[in-house]
Amino acid sequence: MRTVIFRTVAPYLTSLMVLFSIFVLLRGHNDPGGGFIGGLIAASAFAIYGIACGVPATRRALYFHPMAISGSGLFLAALSGLLSIVYGVPFLTGLWTSFGFLGVEVDISTVMFFDIGVYLVVVGAITSIALALEERELP
Amino acid sequence: MAAVSETAVDISSAMITAPTPLADWVVIAPVAVPILFGAFLLMVRHHTRVHAVITLCALGLTFVANVLLLGRVLADGPVVMTMGRWLPPFGISFTADTLGASMALVGTLVAIVCALYSTRDIEAVGRRYGFYPFMLLMMAGVGGAFLTGDIFNLYVWFEVFLISSFGMLVLGSEERQLDGAMKYGVLNLIATTLFLIATAYLYGIFGTLNMADIAGKAGELRGTAPLTTLAMLYLLAFGMKAAAFPVNFWLPASYHTPRIVTAALFGSVLTKIGVYALLRTLVMLFPPERAMLSGLIAWVAAATMILGVMGALAQTDIRRMMGFVVISGIGVMMAGLALGTVEAVAGTVLYAFHSMLLMAALYLLAGIVNEAVGSYSLREVSGLYRSHPLLAGGAFVLVLPASGLWPKVLLVKASLDAGNGWLAFAILASGILTTIALGRFFILAFWRQGPDAALQGEVPVVGYVVLAALTLPVIAIGVYPEPFIRIAESAAAGLIDPSVYIGTVFPAGATP
Amino acid sequence: MEAVLAIVVGVFFAVGIYLMLSRHIIRILLGIVIFGNAVNLTIFIAGRVVREVPPIIPLGLDVPDTVTANPLPQALILTAIVISFSLFAFLLVLAFRAYQDLGTDDTDGMRIAEPEGEDLPPLGY
Repeated sequence: MRTVIFRTVAPYLTSLMVLFSIFVLLRGHNDPGGGFIGGLIAASAFAIYGIACGVPATRRALYFHPMAISGSGLFLAALSGLLSIVYGVPFLTGLWTSFGFLGVEVDISTVMFFDIGVYLVVVGAITSIALALEERELP
Repeated sequence: MAAVSETAVDISSAMITAPTPLADWVVIAPVAVPILFGAFLLMVRHHTRVHAVITLCALGLTFVANVLLLGRVLADGPVVMTMGRWLPPFGISFTADTLGASMALVGTLVAIVCALYSTRDIEAVGRRYGFYPFMLLMMAGVGGAFLTGDIFNLYVWFEVFLISSFGMLVLGSEERQLDGAMKYGVLNLIATTLFLIATAYLYGIFGTLNMADIAGKAGELRGTAPLTTLAMLYLLAFGMKAAAFPVNFWLPASYHTPRIVTAALFGSVLTKIGVYALLRTLVMLFPPERAMLSGLIAWVAAATMILGVMGALAQTDIRRMMGFVVISGIGVMMAGLALGTVEAVAGTVLYAFHSMLLMAALYLLAGIVNEAVGSYSLREVSGLYRSHPLLAGGAFVLVLPASGLWPKVLLVKASLDAGNGWLAFAILASGILTTIALGRFFILAFWRQGPDAALQGEVPVVGYVVLAALTLPVIAIGVYPEPFIRIAESAAAGLIDPSVYIGTVFPAGATP
Repeated sequence: MEAVLAIVVGVFFAVGIYLMLSRHIIRILLGIVIFGNAVNLTIFIAGRVVREVPPIIPLGLDVPDTVTANPLPQALILTAIVISFSLFAFLLVLAFRAYQDLGTDDTDGMRIAEPEGEDLPPLGY
């Protein structure tokens, strides 16, 4: 699969897909989308990069080990659930706040951080499996 | 920062408005703590030196939470916390009753001991591969399975501990492990899929997944809905998870392949979750259906205990023998399920406590023996009494038939009371055969004249510590069983009459 | 509609179980995937198939103004898909490694963990 066209296009395609995955992740609160599907898009982006440029290059590009990304996502998701301990509400209750940013009202919530955690878990786990499979296909 | 969005909407009809006291968090702590620490260990996966210490701290915290939880459950009855403030049955309710809390406590104790011994057993490669994060995530799954009050959530926790157990099973990537893990993985995946099928039908019939809600509604639907089919499906699915006779072949194929710590943890905790789920579904949710199936369950139980122990008698490899002893113990627990009286279920629960501790101790004993002699084969292990008298003493206590006496007494009495003499006979016969199998292990490994004592390797201090930590509770159950029987009877009574459980989830009879 | 879906589920179960009866790991895994899809469809039917609007509450209301479709089965299916997907991916990697290391995907040939013809334990000493 290491054709010139593919190797030239792959980095752009990957960055575009990662950007799109973050868009899907953030729009997921009120529209179709969310952490899981966004994570899958990002993981397939890294898989494409791995096919085009080789697994070692992908691992270098990711910088963190995929399982470590996964772990940080799980940690974030668990923490966003545990925040409700401060407010006297049950585990995983959605807590909301909003602040003005450049004249725009921005809502942030623990739900969003939970979803980002899901995104990271999916990216890490699926990328790690995809890279493991790709690594073994090489001669 | 506002805790709740201030809107004009009246949320009291859909959400919990009363504040959640801090004390209620003990229900979720046995799950949240291992997840949090497991995720943290995944993040710092390369710093393997700190893994063992952090794991022990996390499991210690989990243990404390479990002790507090059990104390509270024994004092005030079941504790419930419904996720995300949604009122049950719309939110997922974590509901801890005596059965769940006590089994989670024993499971955590076993996990701590295994984590202690793993400092010897798991070398740097295994740590880098992620043994400790997997172990913590598995314990989170185990805790969740014991404490959740929602049947779909139970499925999720089953999968959580299943996928972590895969990781622990293939830790060394030896050929044997790949072979064993393949069979373990495929058959367990099929079992959980069967569980999911049953849950799909359950949802189709009841329109709810909350166990308290199901238990409350089963009475009205009985007669029109195919509840016996459901009970049968759950029996098959959880029987497979528990390794009951016709569907037990994944256990002896895989449990002797991983590291001994992993085998100890799996053999002691994972199969008991199957038994727990059987008790929860068949005894609490579908009691008349269980009574209808009791003849079948009794046959399965008898076949499991007798064929399991016969398998144990035929094995040369100590670990494979222990795998069959685990299966035989599952058969004994299923006997209580077949009978279904308070006494019988109490016997099952007590046997589950005993078996969790005993099986972990026996597997770890096998590991210590291997460390001393360098072999797991009964043909080669010998002469340990002369070289390690203290170890022999501990092993003697573990193979003594007295250790599993009280749960068996309860079960035999219950089966005789139910007029089920052959089941009582099967329990006694399997007990005798188990004693023969374990006794032969003891005689061959410890009493048989071995090579010169100087040839034997050293047993580490931590080996004695873990053996003592598991043997002492086993002795306690054998010598002073009253408190344990009281807990088991309270667990059984809570299962057979779930009105308190339902009342905790739906206060003031507010079943929607 | 339910009848058609029920037949589809039946066919899926039959295909899945047929594949799982094979000796070859890869067919067993494909069988598990189809089996899992059959289960997901079962959950879907268990939530009753109806032609209703999506369960979205319009702006300014507390409850939906019309009868809506049941969202819970979809949440359950999504969870089940995620879980079975990850387990399947893991098993696929495992099967691939087993194939590379053991040199076979025939379960009859996978006897390393349980070798045939093991001798019995000693009867005395």
